[in-house]
Amino acid sequence: MNSLPAAKVNAAIDLVVRESWSQTLSALVYRIRDFQLSEDVLQDAILSAWKSWPNKGIPNSPQSWLYQTALRKAIDQIRRRENFESKRPQIEILHELESEKRNEDSDTEIPDERLRLIFTCCHPAIEKRSSVALTLRAVCGLTTKEIARAFLDQESTLGQRLTRAKRKIRDAGIPYRVPPPELWEERLESVLSVIYFIFNEGYQASSGEALLRVDLCEEAIRLARILTQLAPTATEASGLLALMLLHHARHASRIDENGEFIPLEYQDRSLWNRAEIEEGDAILKSSLSKKSVGPYQIQAAISALHAKATDWESTDWIQIERLYETLHRLQSSPVVRLNQYIAISMIDGPQAGLTLLAQLAEPLTSYQPYHAAKADLRRRLSQIPEALASYQTALKLTSNQAEQKFLQHRIHTLEG
Amino acid sequence: MEYLLLIYGEESKVPAREGPEHEKIFAEYIAFTAEVREKGIALGLNPLEPVSSTKTVRVRNGSAETTDGPFAETKEQLAGYYHLECKDLDEAIAYAARIPGARWGSIEIRPIRTLNPPTVGRGGDPAPSA
Repeated sequence: MNSLPAAKVNAAIDLVVRESWSQTLSALVYRIRDFQLSEDVLQDAILSAWKSWPNKGIPNSPQSWLYQTALRKAIDQIRRRENFESKRPQIEILHELESEKRNEDSDTEIPDERLRLIFTCCHPAIEKRSSVALTLRAVCGLTTKEIARAFLDQESTLGQRLTRAKRKIRDAGIPYRVPPPELWEERLESVLSVIYFIFNEGYQASSGEALLRVDLCEEAIRLARILTQLAPTATEASGLLALMLLHHARHASRIDENGEFIPLEYQDRSLWNRAEIEEGDAILKSSLSKKSVGPYQIQAAISALHAKATDWESTDWIQIERLYETLHRLQSSPVVRLNQYIAISMIDGPQAGLTLLAQLAEPLTSYQPYHAAKADLRRRLSQIPEALASYQTALKLTSNQAEQKFLQHRIHTLEG
Repeated sequence: MEYLLLIYGEESKVPAREGPEHEKIFAEYIAFTAEVREKGIALGLNPLEPVSSTKTVRVRNGSAETTDGPFAETKEQLAGYYHLECKDLDEAIAYAARIPGARWGSIEIRPIRTLNPPTVGRGGDPAPSA
């Protein structure tokens, strides 16, 4: 047989890895009940594809080929393990695996166990950053190197983090399952917070570094899409997807060409991605119609009002203020209050806002946006020395370069 | 899997040493204990005497030193434990949350490391190993 051109094999492997990594892995973990082994044998199967496909041709179903090859490698590995004879559960698994008939080129149905995979990676017993890394590796299929770079971590540190997390799943007995109804809400919240964390990491990365980094925002959106497909009744998952799309739609206008942060008020709205806004808005409307409202949907609703306003002044501040009130009832926090009071300052004027803001001085004393908001209200009231003092406080509290540039610019303008 | 559910609390914060409140908590412990025993998942359980009765032993350079009190000077002390067989961490968490002491103290869940060949689990969803 003639050997296939390398480019064609490369493309086929890239495609199957990109499209079916997580589903294949999820099915393997379900069958083999061993996270690390599943990942190792899947990786091995990909290497085998590199060796075998150029001569033998690309199989009819590349995903089945990888899955079956990985399973066979797993059987070999389990057999070779030391003290294997004494490990009854492993023998049982092996027996199950071996008793099935297999044909590598047939288009066998590979079960989709990704929902189990997601809930396991985001189990609350796993530390948040480890869940983040594990989810990006297992569900998004990013390499350790890519994840390390995305979080500006050492590859070896990240590798250890992943290994520890997988060991914890085994040693602590974290179940590989979709949570039962009584745990559903709590566990879904844990998954959503991991996805939103990934999104925010990507969103806050400044533009210079961002060029080198995997687009975490897009990965988070992809994760939320998978989740909403697998769990269509989870309205908060749809809410989060809508929220991220609505935020992401505005990302091109957040940083100017000098790397300076531009607040919403001054963003060039013609740069906003209309298609993403429409999509986010449509997802939000459909999820709100199911009448199971939660914090992500409310935040998405607020974001949608901003996205649809033609400018800052004509934004529907009255609705926004009410939505923040509802959000505060569900998830009381001084940060929610801060945003609500900013909305009030747009309705009743800066003095009203400033009076309300004073109530938050204690809980938000080291929260940069609080001082930036206070500075802005004072500026609007022409209280220049007070405004300057608040901008200076805000500047000391941020390590984000884009925000620093913005605040320095503000100070410079007021002094000038 | 086997788990140790360690009950920690500040001795001074235990709601009551006697009286109706104490009896109510005591009855809750009795009921919980009876339940885990009936289910056949209790491998061991015990309340512990207060820290005032504690001794700590160290062997250094071949000789044993004994000191009064617990090993670590922490606010919360170990007050008792349940050693349970649970199908996975979620089940252990659910039991831990029902121990009365969780309401004023905290329950530490420690999976027990298996050195001997593991026995087959109780079915249900498997926990993947790493």
